[in-house]
Amino acid sequence: MQLTLNLNGTPLHEEIAPDTLLLDFLRAHGCKSVKRGCETSNCGLCTVFLDGRPILSCSFLAARADGHEVTTLEGLQEEAREFAAFIADQGAEQCGFCNPGFVMNALALFRENPDPDEEEIKEYLAGNLCRCSGYEGQLRGICSFLKWKKQGGRP
Amino acid sequence: MFTCKEYRKVETLEEAWQLNQKKSNLLIGGMLWVKMGHRNVQTVIDLTGLELNKIEENEQEFQIGCMTTLRQMEEHEGLNSYTNGAIRESIRHIVGVQFRNGATVGGSIFGRFGFSDILTMLLAMDSFVELYKGGLIPLNEFVNRRRDRDILVRIIIRKTPGTFAYHSARNARTDFPTLAAAVSYYNEAWHVSIGARPGRAMLLTVKEESTNAEKSREEFAKSLGEYTAEHIPVGTNLRGSAAYRRQLIKVLVKRACLEASPE
Repeated sequence: MQLTLNLNGTPLHEEIAPDTLLLDFLRAHGCKSVKRGCETSNCGLCTVFLDGRPILSCSFLAARADGHEVTTLEGLQEEAREFAAFIADQGAEQCGFCNPGFVMNALALFRENPDPDEEEIKEYLAGNLCRCSGYEGQLRGICSFLKWKKQGGRP
Repeated sequence: MFTCKEYRKVETLEEAWQLNQKKSNLLIGGMLWVKMGHRNVQTVIDLTGLELNKIEENEQEFQIGCMTTLRQMEEHEGLNSYTNGAIRESIRHIVGVQFRNGATVGGSIFGRFGFSDILTMLLAMDSFVELYKGGLIPLNEFVNRRRDRDILVRIIIRKTPGTFAYHSARNARTDFPTLAAAVSYYNEAWHVSIGARPGRAMLLTVKEESTNAEKSREEFAKSLGEYTAEHIPVGTNLRGSAAYRRQLIKVLVKRACLEASPE
């Protein structure tokens, strides 16, 4: 079947198998930030944006993305780099496997709610699992990023 | 692993219904649950082209299209103002935002899953399901029906004046509930819905006269919890024993009843 979508600003028109999952389609198109972690729709590693809203690409038929806009971390490099530096500053992650999905969902949070409190952060990011850390470093990183943003991006 | 040979985005409900009569075909909602099983499907039937992903509200009711996501319901101002935030409370603990942006209310309700928070919540409301062939039937009747090959088109929630509260207990955040309890008061009766028993949610309706009106709110709430624990059967699974669930019913129903008590 034919699939037409916009991936990170580039229009694509391709022939796909009807049961292709969006995750596999994206990885085949070079978006290696999108990863399969749990296979049970729980870990958030495969998070991408569909028309700006975060979804689990491991549980989404590529066919359903027809006519829509899909954004992965590869398409948000500048925004992601700015934020991820604060996570790195805290030494928050060990293996980093969960990082792309976590960064995607954190960016979705900042777009929906630019000034979240700690509870709102925890609630929004509850679907992003990290098996190395206790999330404390990530939380500190997010809070310092938000503080930095509030100060107009100055230290 | 889930496989299919054909994908069909239908243009009418009749087309969907015709396709859905064949056992090898499958109608999907958000596909989150389906994808976790092992199925080889001939044709996947997709309703996303039918504009059923909306919540419409008028003075009498909410009409919620079957393809509406759980996240849309969680964020809907009208639903939350009518239920004093109970709808949001029943949805916000389900996995994560990304999951709830995919999972549909039609899939959740049609599946009648034992662990369903949203089924538990809607059972305690004046709600109905609109089936393509079967018409409008009360949710409390639908919940006990055998699964057939009809199509759930909309959920209707009547805006009967009332008060609502939802509480759940989970062993860990984002896990399925060990027990879910929705309590409401409308049409001069208490409605207590218990989910994750672990079987599918059950509703208990208690007329106020059957309890002692002399009791304080606190005493009444406690007695409603005890009454529910006696009358709603629970079982054991890996998340909790029947005995533990009976204790949870008493506590959660009491808390929800106090929260939903009319001023």
